[in-house]
Amino acid sequence: MVKTVDAPDGIEGQGFFATSLDKVIGIARSNSIWPLPFATSCCGIEFMATMGANYDLARFGSERLAFTPRQTDLLMVMGTISKKMAPVLKQVYDQMAEPKWVLSVGACACSGGIFDTYSVLQGIDKVIPVDVYVPGCPPRPEQIIEGLMKIQELAKNESLRRRDSDEYKTMLESYNIYSAEK
Amino acid sequence: MSELTIKNTGQMISTETIDGDIATLNLGPTHPATHGIFQNILKVDGERILSAEPTIGYIHRAFEKLAERRPYNQITPITDRLNYCSSPINNIGWHLTVEKLAGIEVPKRVDYMRVIVMELARIADHLVCNSVIGVDTGALTGFTYMFQEREKIYELYEEICGARLTTNLGRIGGFERDFSPTFHTKLNKFLAEFPDNFEEFDRLLTRNRIFMDRVIGAGPITAERALEYSFSGPNLRAAGVDYDVRVMNPYCSYQDFDFDIPVGKDGDTYDRFVVRQEEIRQSLRIIRQALDKMPAGDFHANVPEFYLPPKEEVYRSMESLIYHFKIVMGETAIPAGEVYYSVEGGNGELGYYLVSDGGRTPYRLHFRRPCFIYYQAYPEMIIDSVLSDAILTMSSMNVIAGELDA
Amino acid sequence: MDNQQLLAHIAALTGSEPNAVEDTYGMLNVHLETSSLLRVVEGLKTKHQFIYLTDICASHYPDRVGAEFEVIYHLHNLVANQRVRLKVALPEAQLSLPTLTGLYAGANWMERETFDFYGVIFEGHPDLRRILNMDDMDYHPLRKQYALEDETRTDKNDTFFGR
Repeated sequence: MVKTVDAPDGIEGQGFFATSLDKVIGIARSNSIWPLPFATSCCGIEFMATMGANYDLARFGSERLAFTPRQTDLLMVMGTISKKMAPVLKQVYDQMAEPKWVLSVGACACSGGIFDTYSVLQGIDKVIPVDVYVPGCPPRPEQIIEGLMKIQELAKNESLRRRDSDEYKTMLESYNIYSAEK
Repeated sequence: MSELTIKNTGQMISTETIDGDIATLNLGPTHPATHGIFQNILKVDGERILSAEPTIGYIHRAFEKLAERRPYNQITPITDRLNYCSSPINNIGWHLTVEKLAGIEVPKRVDYMRVIVMELARIADHLVCNSVIGVDTGALTGFTYMFQEREKIYELYEEICGARLTTNLGRIGGFERDFSPTFHTKLNKFLAEFPDNFEEFDRLLTRNRIFMDRVIGAGPITAERALEYSFSGPNLRAAGVDYDVRVMNPYCSYQDFDFDIPVGKDGDTYDRFVVRQEEIRQSLRIIRQALDKMPAGDFHANVPEFYLPPKEEVYRSMESLIYHFKIVMGETAIPAGEVYYSVEGGNGELGYYLVSDGGRTPYRLHFRRPCFIYYQAYPEMIIDSVLSDAILTMSSMNVIAGELDA
Repeated sequence: MDNQQLLAHIAALTGSEPNAVEDTYGMLNVHLETSSLLRVVEGLKTKHQFIYLTDICASHYPDRVGAEFEVIYHLHNLVANQRVRLKVALPEAQLSLPTLTGLYAGANWMERETFDFYGVIFEGHPDLRRILNMDDMDYHPLRKQYALEDETRTDKNDTFFGR
């Protein structure tokens, strides 16, 4: 049996169904998230297990892993980000088109983890905004999947105007990221 | 002259260029074809690589500095993250190093248990490497098959220590608990089922004409150059040198087991692939022997200064409480001295050079990381070959970023 | 070839008795002068089959005045299965010694790593740059006087136990 997505709330009658555009687009976005795996270390191997046949990330509409930032919706940062790597990460984030989400997988990406050392960035939220944090060193595939499902929730319920709001722009500017028209 | 012979292979490629331009290609650090984060700045003439300049250090995490601040038993979790495809080998190698420094003798049973775990880890390590070679040649099927098998090895790890990937397995002086009956059941099931699935994977690739045409002659290195570059492990053996730490300097009673060291001839991608495939079979052989000959005895050495007492004892006996406190606070006395110890890791000779001044932490701990040492030969191996072969060469060398950058 | 014979070979190569020798855990430990390093390693490689360079690393001893740094070489004779550890002590004022890249191709990155961590200059090295850390780093982090922790971190401030 094929499981489909539940229809959003709306007014239904013979031959028509009316709902708000926000909800329809939210459903479409949340069920076709293309992730960019930014896998650097140990968590990357757990991510490979997540992609594999047993856990199968594709069930969540993330069949297509793209390594090109310009065509992806979700940046999955998995593993330690060193200070040498941080500018690269920020550049990749910059290149992604809106709307975009960031999933920080593993203790290192979330906070630096056990590597409180001179060479490691103490959490990727020092350079880019993060939507969902997945703790663990490394997290189990189930946890990574739960993180992805949380992102799906966010994508589903996001207002279409959020990315145009001043609040969002201010948030980006606090990371020294400026939108293109400036 | 518009054609050029690639070294060792006799394959002809065109050297005609568009307007004679030499292009600079930035491969990495987040290129999909580099498994992990390495940067290579290539100068390419058409598809032919003229020069390569690798940059590494993108996940340098300062393991060696970190180790100088941690008590001995707390260094085990750091070693997990060196070559994370085969963490148990790193853990046990570290325990063996400390045991050598402190002069701890472990029971024979511990040796055999360690051998079983280390060979499982070697299988898991080689499965990643070989299935990824398949992916890079365009054969994704093997990857999905073999990652299912790897999940079974993860389940075995979980049965021993509770973790899947970064295992922090064992203790100085042995194991924290004996193998459970469930472990034995699962291991026997694995030993019964894995070989068939593995041979199926082997049939998909090893004698597959398309695969062979693709990988034979890609990224070769001669035995002499490999030794010059201090290669070790499967990469050195693929070049034809039968150096294996398990045989040369047996640890953990490896001398008790009967196994072969596969060697290659040309040191190319195909040889590296086949050597790893054969090592997986040999590892299975070792595990079976270890299970059959498993001696009775204790699962840890009788070293109360290093090995945590059972928790019930800590509540009841004063002596256990003292030892527990000393171990947890890192106050165990350790002799001053220096020791180099090496084990055969998934990628080769994984060495630990430990200098102790008698303090609670190592004075200096240096990891000899096989990846770091052999990856420097990468430019030499890919120059004059084509770009797509360079990708294969990298995946067949099994460069693990965590071990490379430490 | 046992360690005594090997020591005799090394003594012949240096032309004098090596100045401090100890035998720790079965491995011969030979302290060498900077000037005799290259001669000994070359002799060991060409005459005594130590064709395999296992490792190069360094260590920092701030308390040893005049010999604050030590560079440690591990060589391996794969035929006789014998290892040897060579050590060269260096004063902080003159942190340089000859490179082994001419003898072993694999010494290249090992020496770069040692330079990166400790600032030891290997004279004649073809490309002595930082390898693991960022190029603009202005200190050598594994020296004992530098802190392990990231100085920029603000969220870990424990009054009782420190960082």
